[in-house]
Amino acid sequence: MKPPPFSYAAPTTLDEAVGLLTEHAEAEPRVLAGGQSLIPLMNFRLAKPGFLVDLRNVAGLSGIRRDGDILVIGAMTRMSELERSPEVAVAVPLLAEAVGLIAHTPVRNSGTIGGSLAHADPAAELPAVALACDAELLAAGPAGARRIPAAQFLRGPFSTALAPDEILTEIRLPVWHGGHAFAEFSRIHANFAVVGVAALVELDGDRIGRAALAVTGVAPTAIRATAAERALVGAAAHATTVAEAARAGADGLAPVGDLHASAETRISLARTYLRRALDLAISRARNER
Amino acid sequence: MALDTCTISLTVNGQPHVAEVEPRRLLVDFLREDLGLPGTHIGCEHGVCGTCTVLLNGASIRSCITFAVQADGAEISTVEGLASDGGWHPLQDEFSAKQGLQCGYCTPGMLMRACEILADNPDPTPEQVRSAIASNLCRCTGYQFITEAVVAAAARMRATAAAKEAAS
Repeated sequence: MKPPPFSYAAPTTLDEAVGLLTEHAEAEPRVLAGGQSLIPLMNFRLAKPGFLVDLRNVAGLSGIRRDGDILVIGAMTRMSELERSPEVAVAVPLLAEAVGLIAHTPVRNSGTIGGSLAHADPAAELPAVALACDAELLAAGPAGARRIPAAQFLRGPFSTALAPDEILTEIRLPVWHGGHAFAEFSRIHANFAVVGVAALVELDGDRIGRAALAVTGVAPTAIRATAAERALVGAAAHATTVAEAARAGADGLAPVGDLHASAETRISLARTYLRRALDLAISRARNER
Repeated sequence: MALDTCTISLTVNGQPHVAEVEPRRLLVDFLREDLGLPGTHIGCEHGVCGTCTVLLNGASIRSCITFAVQADGAEISTVEGLASDGGWHPLQDEFSAKQGLQCGYCTPGMLMRACEILADNPDPTPEQVRSAIASNLCRCTGYQFITEAVVAAAARMRATAAAKEAAS
């Protein structure tokens, strides 16, 4: 229950950090952000990196700022900062609501947005938020920086588009003008959710103008519920539409059952939580106007 | 740059320390073994139970899923730092008076988390305390008395703060 030995560096620049990942490739290095996912894995010896590159001293990786219609968040920004940020509450309230569901305060005081996304737990909230928002993720590597759309970033359970010598540096979330909701089922508050739903809805009069939905716990990564989105856009914003969309969203799912919930239960939960998230997002969109 | 040991300097309960640590040294082991402060307990060792909770620059963290090197340059507060001038902290007093502990194993973590809860909100309702303390597990299930102790300590701390304000 103690981590295996490893070598360690806490560089002060991003170039240095990327250089260390390249230089120590044979040691299967990992990036250390807040450590709230990686260190438990190392304590269990499920992860045995030979080298850790700690980002805590790298300047410029933390912070929240508005760039026009984009909310820009540094990868090393702590969850608790997101939770308390008035800027996040105004620009991407879906993110603030989702962060409140992640573990408990002591974990959120250390855990970072970039760490959670790069860890890519299929049950985690933040990949679903990034997906629903059509976020762009910035990565720095030996060849420079590149932007990765959230939909291409998530590859599988604990697997992302990041190369071993790339570092996630920034998350860019487009501001959504409308209603939002993050609804999830977990057996105990703050445990990983069995199924979670991120919903964004924009109204056009009494009709739904835009909708974005992402679901966790029903596939190897968080996924967009595109069939449900199609059922919503252009339809009247009432209970029948929501019920139909929730059914459409749950119908095509093929989750794998495990000891937490069977496949049937996950589909049923997806339908229920799609409906709950949509109801809440629509009522908030109404209040926005 | 890669080193087998790292030099860290940090403050623990107001006391500055400089130490050589292996990078894999967990903060909780550093506090207990290297600094001889066994007040912080080790429970689950994967960030779930909260008995290892300490404050890092005033914010609660799980010291079993934090490397000591990550606390380089930080101010750490542990349960050993709560009492002052031979007197207990109001939280310690109330945990004792209201029986906010049975076996006591979760108590150091509960106390440190309670410090943060009251720093964030000096006048919490029992419901707010119950919800906030959910971060820490008590296997004796003594949550009712823990909640009562935190609420009682909050009242005392507010009264002390008000008296100080009136005197100045």
